Amino acid sequence: MAGGFVYNAIDQTELSTAEIYGKAIADIVQKDPKVVAVTPDLAKSTKLGEVLKVCPERVFNVGIAEQDMFGVAAGMARAGLIPFASGFSAFTSMRACDQLHTDICYQNANVKIIATHSGTSFGQAGSTHHAIVDLAITRAMPNLTVIVPADGLETANAVNAAYENFGPYYIRINRGFDRVLYDSQDYGFEVGKAVEVHPGTDITVIACGSCVFQAREAAKFLENADGLKVRVLNMHTIKPIDRDAIMKAVMDTRRIITVEDHSILGGLGSAVAEVVVEGGKACAFRKLGHPDKFAPIGLHEDIMAEVGIDSNGIINAVREVMKMDFEEDDNWDDEF
Amino acid sequence: MALSKQEWLALEKKAFELRKLCLQTTVWAGSGHIGGGMSIMDLLTVLYHKYLNIKVEDPQWEDRDRFILSKGHAAIAYAPVLCDKGFNDVEMLKTFNLSGSKMGMHLDSNKVVGVDASTGSLGHGASIAAGTALAARVLGKDFLTYVATGDGELGEGSNWEGFMTMSHYELSNCIVFIDRNHCMIDGPTEEVMKLEPLADKMTAFGFNTIVVDGNNIKELCDAIDVAIERSKEKCAPTCILMDTKKGAGIKTMEGDYTWHYGAIDDALFEKFNAELEEDYKARVARAEKEGK
Repeated sequence: MAGGFVYNAIDQTELSTAEIYGKAIADIVQKDPKVVAVTPDLAKSTKLGEVLKVCPERVFNVGIAEQDMFGVAAGMARAGLIPFASGFSAFTSMRACDQLHTDICYQNANVKIIATHSGTSFGQAGSTHHAIVDLAITRAMPNLTVIVPADGLETANAVNAAYENFGPYYIRINRGFDRVLYDSQDYGFEVGKAVEVHPGTDITVIACGSCVFQAREAAKFLENADGLKVRVLNMHTIKPIDRDAIMKAVMDTRRIITVEDHSILGGLGSAVAEVVVEGGKACAFRKLGHPDKFAPIGLHEDIMAEVGIDSNGIINAVREVMKMDFEEDDNWDDEF
Repeated sequence: MALSKQEWLALEKKAFELRKLCLQTTVWAGSGHIGGGMSIMDLLTVLYHKYLNIKVEDPQWEDRDRFILSKGHAAIAYAPVLCDKGFNDVEMLKTFNLSGSKMGMHLDSNKVVGVDASTGSLGHGASIAAGTALAARVLGKDFLTYVATGDGELGEGSNWEGFMTMSHYELSNCIVFIDRNHCMIDGPTEEVMKLEPLADKMTAFGFNTIVVDGNNIKELCDAIDVAIERSKEKCAPTCILMDTKKGAGIKTMEGDYTWHYGAIDDALFEKFNAELEEDYKARVARAEKEGK
């Protein structure tokens, strides 16, 4: 595995996503004296505390100051360090948006951002702590690679990839209590390459983050109940997006649904739609995510159900999109 | 070591030349942030011609001192300093602000050689400097980080986050300058958004604060000497609060907030050059009289 940090299924059953991420960074810090961690009073909440246990002198708490965190991290990176800066995604993307844009992305500073509590995973905290616009913001920033891991093992893979590749990374994880998608870290994670987690030829569901597990559950159910072959793609990298996998889905299944714990404006669904439209091929298309309004308050799973991005919501959407009418001939020449 | 008369006179000459180059660049560009450029020119001169441990032939030298111009709009002064120093071709100044140039109104550290941070969005330099100074500690390096903010810029709360970090981590290897020229775009700072008592604020934030005439090279150097001496021990960082004049060196412009940004035609160019000559004569006379 990349970086040599391998976690197994037992780790995952015992550790939350956040804990695996904390351990992954702690491992890197121990191996590389140039790696440091920066946190805005969230060492415990973001599990950077794992680094505190092994290397406290390389953890820098800047207090409740996300803007400062990013400026400090940018300065560190420009001087040769590899900082992992971790905070709640609502504040890393919005409060410190200018620092992310100017200090980190504009300068192409080698800063690794771990944005936690993303989407509505901190659901009961309300809209002040929901991050349903962060992908729209970060996706538009030049130089930035944006990754939304689906579970703990994928987070470890993303952290290792971020460490090994120069440039700014925005890794968007949840509060830390994810459903387990992978039973091994060794499934071929590669930045910018979607992973098929369920095969299918009738329709493709493209998901990221916590919605990937839900999509796979929906695909299993639909295969048994409706005899539908639903392809599920884990689009863990939002930028650069895997154009080939999207266009292959258009060609093979001609029906696409995107699912994300994010606004339907500007996130995964928009990114996929851009590729589909530019591809010039007819395709039935539906975006699932938060509609253009603030999300309700509640447990993450309850919000996902209400918004329709859990397995039931995906099942309903698949059935609807399967009924949508569109040109089904095999002659691609008359389309443009 | 105290500034000798000879060194003082040499720095005055360089500051004068750089002011003329800044004025010329403003003419080439058509317009520019000349007021705040002139107020900080004495600091830029002493840093680049006395204090910064840098190598023109190796701009990315790992052990170099860093300078971060948080008031990035003073690029109209900073770019001439970097070109004159040899980091970039002086001919580049003729393209400043123009389409296709590597030199915009605010300098891009990935395009202009010698720039340690891309600034322009105000309130960013302090945190970047704090990170740079922390990196020196982690890497076991002795280099110093100098950062210069404007005064109006201090309205951005992020400055104070950076100052807290410098103070908390006792980053005496980071030296903060505030270009207190008392002006911002819409008027005098105390009318637009009160800053005073600024020295007390910096002291309250944990800085060893030194107030100087920021357009007096001798006073500046004496204060920087103190800050460098303090940097040898981990202790409270130093803030050098530079009382300056917007447009310093050009009498017509001095203290006039409307010269935050301006255009200069041929007639003004001639007049301002003459005023710079007068100012230089007065500065030489002062150095001759007060220097040792």
